Amino acid sequence: MAYNWNWGVFLQPTATGGDETYLGWMFYGFKMTIALSLSAWLIALAVGAVVGVLRTVPNKWLSGFATAYVEVFRNIPLLVQLFLWYFVIPELLPEKVGNAFKQTNPILQQFLASMVCLALFTSARVAEQVRSGINSLPPGQKNAGLAMGFTLPQTYRYVMLPMAVRLIVPPLTSEFLNIFKNSAVCSTIGLLELAAQGRQLVDYTAQPYESFIAVTIAYLLINVVVMFGMRWVEGHVRVPGYIGGK
Amino acid sequence: MISMNKVSKQYGSFHVLTDCTTQVQKGEVIVVCGPSGSGKSTLIKCVNGLEPFQSGEIIVNGVSVGDPRTNLSKLRSTVGMVFQNFELFPHMSIIDNLGIAQTKVLGRSQEQAREKGFKLLDRVGLREQAEKYPGQLSGGQQQRVAIARALAMDPICMLFDEPTSALDPEMVNEVLDVMTELAQEGMTMMCVTHEMGFAKRVASRVIFMDQGRIVEDDSKEAFFEHARSERAQQFLAKILHH
Repeated sequence: MAYNWNWGVFLQPTATGGDETYLGWMFYGFKMTIALSLSAWLIALAVGAVVGVLRTVPNKWLSGFATAYVEVFRNIPLLVQLFLWYFVIPELLPEKVGNAFKQTNPILQQFLASMVCLALFTSARVAEQVRSGINSLPPGQKNAGLAMGFTLPQTYRYVMLPMAVRLIVPPLTSEFLNIFKNSAVCSTIGLLELAAQGRQLVDYTAQPYESFIAVTIAYLLINVVVMFGMRWVEGHVRVPGYIGGK
Repeated sequence: MISMNKVSKQYGSFHVLTDCTTQVQKGEVIVVCGPSGSGKSTLIKCVNGLEPFQSGEIIVNGVSVGDPRTNLSKLRSTVGMVFQNFELFPHMSIIDNLGIAQTKVLGRSQEQAREKGFKLLDRVGLREQAEKYPGQLSGGQQQRVAIARALAMDPICMLFDEPTSALDPEMVNEVLDVMTELAQEGMTMMCVTHEMGFAKRVASRVIFMDQGRIVEDDSKEAFFEHARSERAQQFLAKILHH
């Protein structure tokens, strides 16, 4: 194969001038991916927890709303949602707000649209996990909480959610890994995250193999850390004498 | 203490309870028995409002359970309940299981709750298990903890929903002993159970249910010696003669 391997490319100054290297570009993308995914994940957890709980409450308006929410965000392709948030929603906002958004720093615009998009898309999936966690509890637990004199919110808070959350740590790990992988979609609106930087590097250096191997390794690195982190969490919240406990 | 008047409940066209009427006086121990599906569990779950009912009236300590203005949580905090499957909170230690509702519902301090908890664990003979988790205890031990947990709220009466049905036979007695002791101390109790020995020892009255109706409601002597309905006689013959 007549390919000129050149791993030294990462240390070369970029063709755009300045004293940045291609490695610096990569690192910028790496940081962007992490910042975007983590912030979206935190929102997804919070919103997903609330929506997931609402799906299980005995009020048909609340649970109906939550069901509709989940179906909307789960059934539209992520890419389409991203375009909606970036291109369409700012036009639908009240003119003042829309204009304010459009006048901010373009990177911030891309970041905000990407964050909201990833967060809400993932929150629908988190909500489903939360719901399944709650539904997998023995039905008597809710009655036991109520019978002690807890109100329904207290029963969720002290009895059902602590167990439900423990049960769904493994599936939540997958969602957490997914959000990092899904963040690559945001390169389509120009956000310079890891995948976008990889492609940019190819354009500037014509070294696609090195570039995408580096991108691959960076994603793997992130996900290995997430996996070990979540495994630690799982071990930490284990209930003695219960399934998977010691 | 507990008064039920023509309580009826249905799911669609299926009648789970039909015109159930009975009274429970302070200090009485009522055993509720009957074939499975006869509505026993549903009946006692109506007493603390865990099961809604469509018509009739239940008054517990002067408060109407079915009244939408009733603060059900407050009512429930005064009525202890023990379930077939224990329903301890698996993520909390035994002592926390006893303490959580004392602090969050009754507003007792952490220390008061623990003290009360230890006292009750002593009473059911499980003090050494205080820091363990429910999953580490046997079924009989878990059910004794569940009784202690209900007592921690200083209930005015106790409801038992088949408290020994999920237990291995050798653990049944340790739970019945605790219940017997409680009955002898004068606790007002409604127990759904098939333990006829327990009924003969401590019951003030026996209620026999069939197809959602209270068929017999009589003193234990009258019930065991000459049950009036044929259905109750068949039931007794089946469960006593083997």
